Amino acid sequence: MTAREKAQVLDEAALDRALIRIAHEIVEKNGGTADLAFVGLRTRGVTLAHRLAERVAAIEGVKPPVGALDITLYRDDLGLKAEQPVVRGTEIPFDLTGKTVILVDDVLFTGRTIRAALDAIMDLGRPKAIRLAILVDRGHRELPIRPDYVGKNLPTARRETVAVRLKEHDGEDRVIIEEPED
Amino acid sequence: MGWTRKDLLTMQELEPAEIGSILDTAASMKEIAAREIKKVPTLRGRTVVNLFYEPSTRTRTSFEIAGKWLSADVVNWSAPGSSAAKGESLLDTARNIAAMSPDVVVVRHGAAGAAALLAKALRCAVVNAGDGAHEHPTQALLDLLTIREKKGHLEGLSVAIVGDIARSRVARSNIHGMRKLGMTVTVAGPPTLIPPFVQELGVKVSHRLEEAIANVDVIMMLRLQQERMMGALIPSLREYARYWGLTPTSLGAARQDVLIMHPGPVNRGIEIAPEVADGPYSVILDQVANGVAVRMAVLFLLAGGKAQP
Repeated sequence: MTAREKAQVLDEAALDRALIRIAHEIVEKNGGTADLAFVGLRTRGVTLAHRLAERVAAIEGVKPPVGALDITLYRDDLGLKAEQPVVRGTEIPFDLTGKTVILVDDVLFTGRTIRAALDAIMDLGRPKAIRLAILVDRGHRELPIRPDYVGKNLPTARRETVAVRLKEHDGEDRVIIEEPED
Repeated sequence: MGWTRKDLLTMQELEPAEIGSILDTAASMKEIAAREIKKVPTLRGRTVVNLFYEPSTRTRTSFEIAGKWLSADVVNWSAPGSSAAKGESLLDTARNIAAMSPDVVVVRHGAAGAAALLAKALRCAVVNAGDGAHEHPTQALLDLLTIREKKGHLEGLSVAIVGDIARSRVARSNIHGMRKLGMTVTVAGPPTLIPPFVQELGVKVSHRLEEAIANVDVIMMLRLQQERMMGALIPSLREYARYWGLTPTSLGAARQDVLIMHPGPVNRGIEIAPEVADGPYSVILDQVANGVAVRMAVLFLLAGGKAQP
């Protein structure tokens, strides 16, 4: 099944502005960078986490640590998938205990990925708090999970997909809605 | 690439990309060993049966730890003291185990093809943990992971495998895997321990230790399997140790950046001198640690993702 671009949601400048605003909100709510740490979800959440940490560094002069979390081993749909997803590994080179962890992902949809990420983080340490930063919240939650920081709220139909395209992976910065071609 | 096989039986049947995907998955699993709480919920509710007809400590324990760290229930069924001692056939035992609905059966057996036989008879996944002198794929995979970690890549590397090649499933699995990944393999040992036609697997043969280990990236010493030695294949252990044992002296012929491997258990002072086994080039304990990671990867790929039949 191929997908067709339906609409552009964020261009490069808008995506950057959203990240800058989220960085300011995080610093404000946290009262600085004390005990702050970013954990991105593989793959694009990690890239966004690094960008947010750099934005925070530009504001506060201190760059919080950034880790990468792979939630494959915590998924609840492993038995339902036809083919094995690739395990890319978790790399969190700092102790999570006592930290305020900002969990970062590109799109928030059903909330199941975040549920898995919460379990994964709890196995690694005992953070003081976990907050959720999301570039695009597209709705259709299946679990009681809500983001603390949102780049863009975007009402979507279930059949549509939201593609976050980032320079590091896709050669461009923009967010689009795609719909299946039928 | 995605994993689609029901079983892991041989290195011979795997595509290079499949080997790569097991190694990549295993490399990702290693982080779990460094955690304070060494457990992920991935295989919760899955059952792994270790069916071992030959004595094994390392491999069985390794599979057991791998399964437990992934939250699977691991059951050990060892032949001595079980129904096999009472005359039950392999297939009957397997059918009985299958009736208890396991998700993976890990089998070690003295007969080549035992794992393949079970794979055909059982609907669950089967992992070959050594079948006679045929194959031991997870050992080759953990060896490849260790070499890749230490050298950064595999293609283009040269390996000398030294010892009882004829009776070694470790050698056979490694030769298949290494050849597929573009590595050069030399086998070395006394003529009685080198199988005829071994060149057909694409390896070079050497009958002198110093010649075989000069200028290779990896030296893999095989255990002299005294329990499998039937007849007079070597004049004496002392003579074997003298000509084929890796000692500080014979190691002088090797490169400065060589890796020394051994699948264990080590016969100290026979195929390898203690100071070499414990020396700076030895990666024997890395091999053991990587064994758990590789077996986690294999269990995950076989039992983690597919809808159960």
